[in-house]
Amino acid sequence: MRKLFYGLAAAAALATLAAQAEAAKDTITLGMQLEPPHLDPTAGAAAAIDEVTYANIFEGLTRIDQNGGVKPALAESWTISDDGLVYTFKLHKGVKFHDGTDMDSADVKFSLERAMDEKSTNAQKGLFKPISKVEAPDASTVVVTLSQPTGRFLFNMGWGDAVVVAPESAEGNKTNPVGTGPFKFKNWTKGDRLTIERNPNYWGTAVKLKSATFKFISDPAAATAAVLAGDVDAFPGFPAPEALAQFKSDPRLKVVVGSTEGETILSTNNKSKYFSDVRVRRAMAHAIDRQAIIDGAMFGYGTPIGSHFAPHHPAYVDLTGMYPYDLAKAKALLAEAGYPNGFKARLHLPPPSYARRGGEIIAAQLAKIGIQLEIIPVEWAQWLKAVFKGYDYDLTIVSHTEPMDIGIYARDSYYFQYDSPEFKALMKKLDMATDEKTQYDILRQAQRKLAEDAVNGFLFQLAKTGVWNAKLRGLWPNSPTQANDLTGVYWVD
Amino acid sequence: MASDGASDGASDGAKEGGLGEVAAKALGNRSFVIGGVLTGVLIVVALVSLVWTPYSVIDMDIAGKLRVPSAAHWFGTDQFGRDVFSMMMVGAQNSIAVSLVAVGVGAGFGVPLGALAAARGGWLDETVMRFNDFAFAFPAVLSAVMITALAGPGAVNSIIAIGIFNIPVFARLTRGGALAIWKREFVMAARVAGKNAVRITVEHILPNVASILIVQATIQFALAILAEAGLSYLGLGTQPPQPSWGKMLNEAQTLMFLAPQLAIFPGVAIVLTVLGLNLLGDGLRDVLDPRLRRLR
Amino acid sequence: MSVFLARRLVALFLTLLGASLAVFLILEVLPGDPATVMLGIGAQEDSLAALRAQLGLDRPAWQRYLVWIWGWFQGDLGNSYAYDEPVIKIILERLRVSLPLALMAITLSTAIGLPLGVLAAARRNSLTDVSVMGFVQVGVAIPNFWFAILMILFFSVFLKVMPAGGFAGWDAGVWPAIKSLILPAVALALPQAAILARVTRSSVLEVMREDYVRTARAKGLTFAAALWRHAVRNALIPVVTIMGLQFSFLLAGTIIIENVFYLPGLGRLIFQAIAQRDVIVVKDVVVLLAGAVVLVNFIVDMSYALLDPRLRGGGHGQ
Repeated sequence: MRKLFYGLAAAAALATLAAQAEAAKDTITLGMQLEPPHLDPTAGAAAAIDEVTYANIFEGLTRIDQNGGVKPALAESWTISDDGLVYTFKLHKGVKFHDGTDMDSADVKFSLERAMDEKSTNAQKGLFKPISKVEAPDASTVVVTLSQPTGRFLFNMGWGDAVVVAPESAEGNKTNPVGTGPFKFKNWTKGDRLTIERNPNYWGTAVKLKSATFKFISDPAAATAAVLAGDVDAFPGFPAPEALAQFKSDPRLKVVVGSTEGETILSTNNKSKYFSDVRVRRAMAHAIDRQAIIDGAMFGYGTPIGSHFAPHHPAYVDLTGMYPYDLAKAKALLAEAGYPNGFKARLHLPPPSYARRGGEIIAAQLAKIGIQLEIIPVEWAQWLKAVFKGYDYDLTIVSHTEPMDIGIYARDSYYFQYDSPEFKALMKKLDMATDEKTQYDILRQAQRKLAEDAVNGFLFQLAKTGVWNAKLRGLWPNSPTQANDLTGVYWVD
Repeated sequence: MASDGASDGASDGAKEGGLGEVAAKALGNRSFVIGGVLTGVLIVVALVSLVWTPYSVIDMDIAGKLRVPSAAHWFGTDQFGRDVFSMMMVGAQNSIAVSLVAVGVGAGFGVPLGALAAARGGWLDETVMRFNDFAFAFPAVLSAVMITALAGPGAVNSIIAIGIFNIPVFARLTRGGALAIWKREFVMAARVAGKNAVRITVEHILPNVASILIVQATIQFALAILAEAGLSYLGLGTQPPQPSWGKMLNEAQTLMFLAPQLAIFPGVAIVLTVLGLNLLGDGLRDVLDPRLRRLR
Repeated sequence: MSVFLARRLVALFLTLLGASLAVFLILEVLPGDPATVMLGIGAQEDSLAALRAQLGLDRPAWQRYLVWIWGWFQGDLGNSYAYDEPVIKIILERLRVSLPLALMAITLSTAIGLPLGVLAAARRNSLTDVSVMGFVQVGVAIPNFWFAILMILFFSVFLKVMPAGGFAGWDAGVWPAIKSLILPAVALALPQAAILARVTRSSVLEVMREDYVRTARAKGLTFAAALWRHAVRNALIPVVTIMGLQFSFLLAGTIIIENVFYLPGLGRLIFQAIAQRDVIVVKDVVVLLAGAVVLVNFIVDMSYALLDPRLRGGGHGQ
């Protein structure tokens, strides 16, 4: 019977297989868990937009490389005035948009001013806040003047939200993106796949791939099946860590575990009834077994963290030992806070499996010290409304994937509702600090402060679990920014 | 759906023999016996799980996750190291509870509506039937998805979603059966004797449609179990830590390559349960309605 | 007859209107702001306000309802918030998957269910009959999504002869496209085939007991001839009714099955649209689906009335 199936399959698929084998060398099918809502990175915060367009279709003045460094892109060089306020960018000459129009300083000026505009729907307006004016003295020079020195300005200009678009095509970028990148948009079957193809008139080094298809597979099981069946050549952000062990033993596949900027935390409402008491938060920290969560929810992929900071950053301090797993101590702390028999609280869980699975484990762990959690699964829409905007929650699990985002703890209206003048003072000092050593010192103090206050349950740094065909080269193992940069991808035999 | 024939069988079947005769007939009916045994096992397992399971279904043992079936864990362990057999026992409880309430909601609203429509006729009948069409126009899963998007996923909301879809089923069936009986001589006689519509409905109509309603309820019960599993599979039904078969299948799908056995047991449990209920329904129909029995 | 037709048409229209109102109201109270979902966590308040104004979300509810309904009459279903494209275009794109899938499933279930039912009736109480009835019981009891998982496990992962999911797209060629619909169609068709087999069997048996068939048999017509000449044709009436009813089950089924196989069809569209708060898409697709169900039931009712004049007067109990 089985032989018959093989025979039938072979006969039926012979022609297509032969065709595929020939073409397989310069095309790629990439799996992505989330589909972008549209394709304009300057008008939305969805990571999926950048994961399709960044560096492939759109380029900015600078770009972020796979190690998180800043590299020149449309700007071939720049100079910074001594006071750190005036940036003069020298643009590459002869750059054309995909529709054939020239890219010059006017387009850069337009792009920046469009993002800064009052009516702009750019999701990261904060990146452009320091800019006071943009000038274009000649076609290949852009002068940006800042209102205050901003150390990360060049890095910020490398974000997907700061890419350069043309006034003629900007409005249509959501459905028909026109950029300057090495790939052109080809077509998009909503809910299924999106294809980009090589841009023959690219100003820089031409890419090796002729075309690339992004296939959107949200379900982890379907993603696993698609990888095993060879429906996708690569799945850089693979959503089902449980399947990686199986992939590892498959010689066709390569499993790559890299780092992300995602601090996965048990966000705590610091103004809610029980959790406003630091003793309760500390009790919780003593009752959480991080390794069990990493093993159970992520199948071992992830690095424990003791504060809100990425372990691969040079200023990282390991604070995971501050609250060792100790149920007796946790119970004592709870009793001290006035809850010897524990209490009931809510745990809102957004859709990703780290949250849903991690939440189940945390609920089981906290039950041991008498904290009964009611699990409330929510869609992102509800999460944004109830938790993020409405502060109507006790606990939630979420991965904060923005790079270097410890500053959110100093924000007045952030959903943790953490309000610490000391921490705010630290962040103010950080903004003023000019040399790296002082900055790192302050960052270390900040990490300690957060851990001491047990602001949130600090769980683990999300790993980037990627799987791809063993013959593929050039995909990013880490994710310093949200991107699937395909410019250096190629096949070997 | 088993609307084949059950609907027009509004005879006085149940009244034909004594209880003893019905019981004897029942025991001689293969479908009834098999269905009864399967359903009985399910109920016993669910009841036992209320007081005892081999392991706790809450406590996790991450180090002992995804074990294959063994003497210690008959069905192995899940991704959190919980005992699958214990979870399935509690899952039975959950399936029964959700489906029972959902069918109760459906019959509780549907039967009075249908009886009312048949008794009054006219615009009332028309209105009730239009509402029925309206409710039928939304596929069950669709309305369930919308309800859970609105009120959040959970067991209670899935009960409401499944229950709402059951209302028109019972309303149609009751109305159809009742309409036929209203035309019968003994009802005419009762009317002439001055009994009012409510009394006639309670004393004559309902007892006579009871048998088809019971049969249909069994079948709706089976459908409700399938629906609950489907909703939980989509993540909209019963929520953790409460184990449910559909949820277990959902979890198992991502683990299908590591631990295929996880995808097998809950599925088999659902099939056996639904099979048992359907057989029981068929058997009941044969037993309660001799006219239909000749068809089999 | 025309009075009956007119009454049913009015009822059809009212049902649709009711459905549209219900969906609109449900989505009005649905928690979650489309603008927040579209712009994400980092979005600032002024960006959100700008987007809401752009989407027309700042207008009162009744105005939005009327604009929406008026659009339907003009063939304009609005623009999707999430995709920023005409909803009609998205729906048509999705129908290229859902429609062939539904057709394949109906064809399959009929092709399996009808012959099995007739066969079982013809060989009543034989081993064939018992096997068919066994198939029926199991087919009805299997959750289609579980059956789908088992098929993926067997055909895609173990044998690797079928795609595990996804849609190849019609531009990839007819065969790859059809191929990606085979497993989903089988998963959808199996329970329906079982139901159809059961209904066919019992209605064939019923017809065979009718007096005129008995008379024909007494006059020397062979069993097989009687079966073909009378039973099968007459038995089709209830069978067609059931097929009409199955339509809504099929639609419901696609919501789950399209999710299992991640097919870009209408069922998955609505599931995603609800999660993304793409309210316009949800409204349009729900009304469309409800409309399809109502229309099919209407057609079934009409054909029923044509076949059985007694039913034209009253309602349509069973």
